[in-house]
Amino acid sequence: MIQGIPITHFLIVSTLVFFIGIYGFLTRRNLITMLMSIELILNSVNINFVIFNRYLYPDQLQGHFFALFIVAVAAAEASVAIALIINVYRKYTSIESDNVNEMKY
Amino acid sequence: MGANVFMFYLFSATILVFALLAVTSRKILRAAVFLLFALVATSGIYFLLQYQFLAGVQLALYAGGIVVLIIFSILLTHHISHKFDRPPLVKMVTGIAVAALGAGLTLFCVWNYPFVNNGAAPADVNMNTIGMQLMSLDKNGYALPFEVISILLLAAMIGAIVIAKKDKKEEKTDSLSK
Repeated sequence: MIQGIPITHFLIVSTLVFFIGIYGFLTRRNLITMLMSIELILNSVNINFVIFNRYLYPDQLQGHFFALFIVAVAAAEASVAIALIINVYRKYTSIESDNVNEMKY
Repeated sequence: MGANVFMFYLFSATILVFALLAVTSRKILRAAVFLLFALVATSGIYFLLQYQFLAGVQLALYAGGIVVLIIFSILLTHHISHKFDRPPLVKMVTGIAVAALGAGLTLFCVWNYPFVNNGAAPADVNMNTIGMQLMSLDKNGYALPFEVISILLLAAMIGAIVIAKKDKKEEKTDSLSK
């Protein structure tokens, strides 16, 4: 842990990043930018795991490993999402989320 | 004020500013680069906390892998000079309201919660410990999630190939039209 910085300062940063990601997810209409917002959200969750591990349970590594696995899941999610986006682009020649709602039914 | 403290505030400011730019920028390639900066600054925070391995993974996978993948897909699907319209005002206000409300509630809880350290001596986080724990089946072992994640990665890889490849019919019509 870093001397002189309380845990709340880290948590404030990660909370703000999380809700910036939420804001982006709600306002963006392009699928790729929405994916980027999701990456921001996952990243802030990662910071939280690592901070709780370091500040509250420094003798264990659970948060550290959870963060590792989240990074792997994020990579898998991004690759599948981008494959889907490219497929959608071929069908509709645009990747605005409004055009994709035909796929609902 | 020590160097560590200064670096922490520098990295936090970088993360916040570039995250905000990444979700508001109207040029998509710039948004991707801003996202890259935010992720790199996050890995700086991991370095400060002395989780060097995690910081390296963050740099290699997030900054080196995912952002490159996103930039590739941007180049495949967009004209570089394309500029987004501003989001409609109603949508923007709702977004800001939801984000502010959630952030306010969470920060209120975080501020009032008494976090208690368990008082144990910090573990030494070197490659040896990480490797042993990742592969061990005992207490503090993570062999099962490790295997599950490897199957997930395999499934995602095959799924991505199957989804993104062209149908045979389309290929035929393509070759005929040429």
